[in-house]
Amino acid sequence: MNLASETRNDVVIIYVKEERLDAHNSTELKSAVQKLFEDGKKNVLVDLKDVRFIDSSGLGALVSGFKNAISHQGNLKLSSLQSQVKSMFELTRLHRVFEIFPSTAEAVENFQS
Amino acid sequence: MEGNTIEVDIKVPNKTRYLSLIGKIGEDIARELERYSGDKEILAYHLNLVLTEAMVNAIKHAGPKEPEKLVRIVITLHHDDLTIRVYDDGQGFDINSIPAPNFEELEDRGRGIFLIRTLMDSVAYRKNCKENMLEMKKKLG
Repeated sequence: MNLASETRNDVVIIYVKEERLDAHNSTELKSAVQKLFEDGKKNVLVDLKDVRFIDSSGLGALVSGFKNAISHQGNLKLSSLQSQVKSMFELTRLHRVFEIFPSTAEAVENFQS
Repeated sequence: MEGNTIEVDIKVPNKTRYLSLIGKIGEDIARELERYSGDKEILAYHLNLVLTEAMVNAIKHAGPKEPEKLVRIVITLHHDDLTIRVYDDGQGFDINSIPAPNFEELEDRGRGIFLIRTLMDSVAYRKNCKENMLEMKKKLG
């Protein structure tokens, strides 16, 4: 899976550089997020700008990351969801769970507040 | 392509790397519907999703550790009726025993069948001695 990351103001941003986040590649994202929290990172942002398609496994990997954040007293937020990806969060009511921001910059700013 | 029946009959190895290929076939079918009055891009996503979820389900039940096995997917479009059948020859499962997700609990899994049921008009899973079939129907009129 193609993931890129950068750290901005103490927030680790993971950019999912894939068109699809599905059962084929979602385990890798799940592991990457898990490792960040295990390594002591507290603020993780998953940016989904390039993701055009997400399935239940992709949603599950993000839920796993969210639970990981809670168990390590950290935060996991999401940014830059395409409209159809966002609709999957709404269909599964996960938009009530995640803090979702329109852009990376707005999400990073929110971590500071 | 209205008025004609289209049947796409595909067999692919039961590996997740083929999910994208199968999903794209669903997207292409949605975009070809001349008379469909809804949003074709939304339908394309939904068909991609139900095909992806159904194939993952078949891989799971046919045993992902047996790479020589194939998943067979048959997509039939007749007038406004779309039927997707996904076959596996694994243990099978009882679709009626799969509960809807508990939205108050944060589970990693258990949303696949819910999504299929939400996006399609009817969903059935049949078992017989030779193979199992997940059948999903949607009216596109």
